Amino acid sequence: MSFEGAEVLARPGESVAAALLGRDSAATRTTPVSGAGRTPFCMMGVCFDCLVTIDGLPNVQACMVEAREGMVIRRQHGARRIGKGS
Amino acid sequence: MVPQSPTAIIGGGIVGLAVALGLATRGHNVLVLDGSDQDMRATQGNFGLVWLQGKGAGHAPYARWSFQAAQAWAGFADWLSSLTGIDVALCQQGGYEFFTDAREFEGFGQELRQQAAALGEGFSFECLSQGDLSHRLPGIGRAVVGATFCPLDGHVNPLRLHVALRKAGQAEGVRFVGDARVASVRAKAEGFEILRENGETICVSRVVLCAGLGAAHLGPQLGFCAPIRAQQGELLITERVADRLPFLSSTIRQVDEGGLQIGGTKAEAENDVETTEHMVGLAQHAVQVWPRLADIRVLRSWAALRVMTPDGYPIYQRSTDYPGAFLVTCHSGVTLAPLHATRLAEWIDEDPAAPKLEAFDERRFALS
Ligand SMILES: Cc1cc2nc3c(=O)[nH]c(=O)nc-3n(C[C@H](O)[C@H](O)[C@H](O)COP(=O)(O)OP(=O)(O)OC[C@H]3O[C@@H](n4cnc5c(N)ncnc54)[C@H](O)[C@@H]3O)c2cc1C
Ligand code: FES
Repeated sequence: MSFEGAEVLARPGESVAAALLGRDSAATRTTPVSGAGRTPFCMMGVCFDCLVTIDGLPNVQACMVEAREGMVIRRQHGARRIGKGS
Repeated sequence: MVPQSPTAIIGGGIVGLAVALGLATRGHNVLVLDGSDQDMRATQGNFGLVWLQGKGAGHAPYARWSFQAAQAWAGFADWLSSLTGIDVALCQQGGYEFFTDAREFEGFGQELRQQAAALGEGFSFECLSQGDLSHRLPGIGRAVVGATFCPLDGHVNPLRLHVALRKAGQAEGVRFVGDARVASVRAKAEGFEILRENGETICVSRVVLCAGLGAAHLGPQLGFCAPIRAQQGELLITERVADRLPFLSSTIRQVDEGGLQIGGTKAEAENDVETTEHMVGLAQHAVQVWPRLADIRVLRSWAALRVMTPDGYPIYQRSTDYPGAFLVTCHSGVTLAPLHATRLAEWIDEDPAAPKLEAFDERRFALS
């Protein structure tokens, strides 16, 4: 799969968040209110710090999604837009 | 031991804190005793509306009281911010009630005409047909048959309001004690004796009971009937979105930080547990009103209990048996907060300039 265009490798069964953390420690999203950078934190679906865009779908919790071949993952910048295609 | 305090407020929700702020500003020594985190607290589960539409159509004093409160909100928000540095995010640019049923739309229009008759000049509203509405809000759902609009309606961030009231009170000298449930209150020859659940006794010269649903239990000890009941309301919170919704309605609002609050159910229930049926209904309603919300995710939901009187209007009651004891309770404590912190405090103080509030006397329930 890819993150911001760069290749990311994952083991079978690993979550997208784990794979992203394994890659490096750069922010995977910025927050809507302060714009601060965040990376996956709780790894269990409660902190929402792991939000990314996966295959065009914004605000996906990366720790709750299993990594799959070919996923296109992008950084989530701030809040998502209303309506499709954001 | 807590030193003697002339006025105790029992209950530290938005009602108790607003009254405390008002009395402290008038120079009183005020102590707020608030209950436990397990209590049902409308203050922490509400919808944050500063709302006029439909308030008091059948009761002119309530229509006027709500109207004055809405007009006082801007100044009140500035005052809170000057005392605390907290911006409660007041936005009062008008609000919509959307209807998907033509008869309900018609009926509500009548109610607003009645309300306008009670209020006279200064109150205006519009009834918008589907055509008018889709012109004004392109993107509105086709299921919406019409809407009413009132330019004075608005909203605040209710959690920040709660914090701001507490800090503002403290800035004016209010002493706040949390986790201080009151077991009983007793009138003495002079003043009152408050017994806390932890066994501590506090003597005060005045008591204002603002304990929300807890007033039903404490009220009779001071000679009040306190006829209040819980009315459950459920709501949904969505993920934050970058686009600003072009409207505020009584059921869909976007908080200042971007998330949407979708709400408005009413159920006679004593618990604060959500029901799937109501949540589905809320989500469907939101998508009917604004179809573009269809793929927005819901992150959280909760149910909270309203503090309801039999007719829905506030109770402001001076005890006839025990001078110095007051009962203050209402639904719409967000909307009314500016008056609770000013005019109601004057009334509790028996200031000659205070408004006449007999219309909110709880004896109305005994007479009817
Ligand atoms: C779902 C919902 C939506 C709402 N939407 C709006 C809205 O949009 N606009 C609006 O204006 N209003 C709204 N309201 C109403 C508003 O929230 C209430 O009017 C207001 O919060 C009531 O405040 P309160 O301080 O009386 O009660 P509460 O918030 O219940 O506070 C009572 C306090 O008393 C304390 N207490 C209880 N018993 C004792 C005891 N024995 N000893 C000491 N302390 C005690 C409790 O711990 C609590 O802190 C809504 C309410 C709900 C539930
Ligand atoms: S890491 Fe906390 S929600 Fe995903």
